[in-house]
Amino acid sequence: MTNTSRYHAPFGPAGTEPVDADIARTLLQTALSRGGNYADLFFEYNVAGSYSLEEGILKAAGRSVSQGLGVRVMKGDATGYAYVQDLTPAAMQRAALTAAQIAAGGGAPLPKTFEVPSLSTRYAAQYLSLDVTGETKRELLLRADRAARQADSRIARVEASLHEELREIVLATSTGKLVHDRQPMVRFSVRVIAESNGKRQSGSSGGGGRMGLEYFDQRSPEWHAQEAVRHAIAMLDARESPAGELEVVLAPGDSGVLLHEAVGHGLEADFNRKGTSNYTGRVGQRVASDLCTVVDDATQFGSRGTIHVDDEGNLPERAVLIENGLLSGYMHDQHSAEHFKVKPTGNGRRESFQSHPMPRMTNTWLLAGPHGPEEIIKSVKRGIYARKFGGGQVDISNGDFVFSLTESYLIEDGKLTAPLKGVNLIGNGPDVMSKVSMLGADFETSDGVWTCGKDGQSVPVGVGCPTIKISSMTVGGTQMG
Amino acid sequence: MIEYDINKLIQLGSQVVERALAKGADVAEVGVSEGTHLSVKVRMGEPELVEEAGSKSLGLRVMRGQQVAVTLTSDLTEAGLARFVDDALELAQLAQPDPFAGPPKPELLSKASEHADLQLFDAAVNDIDAAQAIEMAKRVEKAALGYDKRITNSEGANVSRQAGASVLVTSGGFRGGVRGTYTSISMHPVADDADGKKRSGYYWSARRFANELESPEEVGLEAARRTLDKLGSRKLATQEVAVIFDPDAGRSILGLLASCINGGAICRKSSYLLEREGQAVASPLVTIIDDPLIVRGPGSRPFDGEGLISRRNTVVEAGILKTFILDTYSAKKLGKQSTGNASRGSGGGVGPATTNLILQPGKQSAKALLDSTERAFYVTDMMGFGFNAVTGDFSRGASGFWIERGQRVYPVSEVTISLNLDDILKRIDAVADDLDLRTSICTPTFRVSAMTVAGR
Repeated sequence: MTNTSRYHAPFGPAGTEPVDADIARTLLQTALSRGGNYADLFFEYNVAGSYSLEEGILKAAGRSVSQGLGVRVMKGDATGYAYVQDLTPAAMQRAALTAAQIAAGGGAPLPKTFEVPSLSTRYAAQYLSLDVTGETKRELLLRADRAARQADSRIARVEASLHEELREIVLATSTGKLVHDRQPMVRFSVRVIAESNGKRQSGSSGGGGRMGLEYFDQRSPEWHAQEAVRHAIAMLDARESPAGELEVVLAPGDSGVLLHEAVGHGLEADFNRKGTSNYTGRVGQRVASDLCTVVDDATQFGSRGTIHVDDEGNLPERAVLIENGLLSGYMHDQHSAEHFKVKPTGNGRRESFQSHPMPRMTNTWLLAGPHGPEEIIKSVKRGIYARKFGGGQVDISNGDFVFSLTESYLIEDGKLTAPLKGVNLIGNGPDVMSKVSMLGADFETSDGVWTCGKDGQSVPVGVGCPTIKISSMTVGGTQMG
Repeated sequence: MIEYDINKLIQLGSQVVERALAKGADVAEVGVSEGTHLSVKVRMGEPELVEEAGSKSLGLRVMRGQQVAVTLTSDLTEAGLARFVDDALELAQLAQPDPFAGPPKPELLSKASEHADLQLFDAAVNDIDAAQAIEMAKRVEKAALGYDKRITNSEGANVSRQAGASVLVTSGGFRGGVRGTYTSISMHPVADDADGKKRSGYYWSARRFANELESPEEVGLEAARRTLDKLGSRKLATQEVAVIFDPDAGRSILGLLASCINGGAICRKSSYLLEREGQAVASPLVTIIDDPLIVRGPGSRPFDGEGLISRRNTVVEAGILKTFILDTYSAKKLGKQSTGNASRGSGGGVGPATTNLILQPGKQSAKALLDSTERAFYVTDMMGFGFNAVTGDFSRGASGFWIERGQRVYPVSEVTISLNLDDILKRIDAVADDLDLRTSICTPTFRVSAMTVAGR
């Protein structure tokens, strides 16, 4: 913790009105007054800044502050949830009472004392981007702009943006936990438009993580500018993509989006508690080829999906989901862990104080395999090499998923040839995972840009994987044959 | 507790405008919104979630000369607001002068007396309480689960309502506010398929007025029918074939067009429709209107996000692109007049947005459209994000039905459909009359003569 920052939650330890055990106990008492068997208080302060550059100038700067309290009361499988932005004692009491209504009769005891768990250090919030002068951040954007324009004369437009955030939370539970955490985030992105011979294409690059401006020690604004330019210029020559079932090779890093959709969501235990996922009841069974080991790892230092503590006060570690192709376990929140009588895995996350927690991924990795990346590409007679991605979606019930490619190439006789227009891949989770026929030794994590949506709630996540070969997958191009 | 008192919100907005001007802003615009929301979910006959809350936030756009900053806060304490205004002005100083920045001309601003009463607020929606909502959700789910024994599970029935008010106060002299409600019922049954897969379906109804909603039983039964219809889904062989979009899938296609006619995208050169005004961008069967003045319409509003009077704009007339959707900034930059489409976004920023964007219905029924179809892929659901606005390239996952001689032959899933959006719109060869104004972007059923379907 630091006292040098300008930004502190009013309810946090360094704030003007810190929440102590007495306040927490009083509110929890109201929350449990109608007979709930569990309650928690989730105080959140979120301050975010944004800077966007277009046409060589910083066009607009923005800031937002959002703060409030979410009160949750549980009785069996039923949840009552209420939130307030007004943090006066009367308003907080009203919220606790509203949430309490879900229950009738019974009632859990209140904690006598609160235990404050000690947290690991997986990100450092000492040097918040928010505390750095605006001029410094403007210069980062201007550097990207200059680098992109210098990189190629066909670049017609450059947009760069920096998003910075601090999320400070205090969580108190009726089981006696009192937790505080400060979670920083930065995200930088560059988007360019190239024009040549009447064609127009865009290219982009971005990154970030749970950190401050030290992010730019690893990756400079110039690096992202050049990468965005490379992408846009490569796409100028893109041709129609083939349609139908083909061999597919995925580049390391961002391709982890495929894992996230193909298996990740289906292993979130709420779906399995309800029996609505196609992975329900399949622990111990084969759900992927034996090359595949998948973990959800909240511990990676400074990664976008990393957390010290989840939004229910549980401490996440590295959880093995699939080991050598066999399903070993689900990702749990408190509720699903109780249902399955296992220890919570610390995957209970929520978008903000305005939303109840659900089992969510943190950083989801497919671990490295035995093959060299060149060897993998060489093995393909005719297929697709996927390099950059636009995101994906899954239908939990049947496991069908899609993900879209924003940069891909035709593979012919083991060599990358023509760049291809944007295209979607579609497959079925367990089917595609069983067709992972080669796996690279070149594991990479994605640079921090991904946000995952579920039931209308967005949370930042990390993905990562090595080069992956899928022996057959449906490619949604337009070119027949 | 929450009164949706427009005058009180205008007072708060005026105070913040005054404060910003006193601190040195040349232009200050404040949007204040306040609302409540209730959402319940019932699953397998039991209430699973009751969520209830009120919220209030204030967005401020300031200009110092042509330097712009946008800020948003939910901390409405005196100290919080003081710091908020200081922050906005400090940020404006950091921004660099933008020659096109500026407020709308004062003579263009509308007066409260000119604002149409669009019937956007239903007291009956505002009065729905948690107990009533749970009762409704139970009826929805019961109807769905009882319809057929193959419906074995449920992701739940949801009933929600929201109500609120928002106002805009600007240093140019605009003062206006509007109150609104919206309520929805949805059901998500799950059925077991023969191959061990599960199939989930979905149906929903949504309206501004409670008495216009479909009944809980109707929603539950239709959700059950749609779920059962998916049993035995298979892939199609890769081919070029006609594609029919039902209103839910059609809405997604029109939504992609909405992003490409947006003046902001045109200014950023991020639309394949750049420089296409006055040209054919769709088949002559296609007329698309953006109309904020539809009584009880989901996207209706009497004035825009900068205080200009709302007006109906014909965007595409018989296939010809007539106008982009513009706010003051994008209009100035493109050398045009605002179309009254400014919208204040979630971060406090201002940009153009559609209101009720509607593909105008044709003359034949959806059944007649199907009957006239020899072979087609009928799309009910789409998945994924495969669209490039700069080029119009489109490729998404899809599911629905295989149609032969007007009849559904079998359900289809795990295929993609692909074609450039420009060609999709130009190949529309039939538009039905089944428009249902559930959402602010809306189409009837329509048919595209040929697209690439990738599957087996």
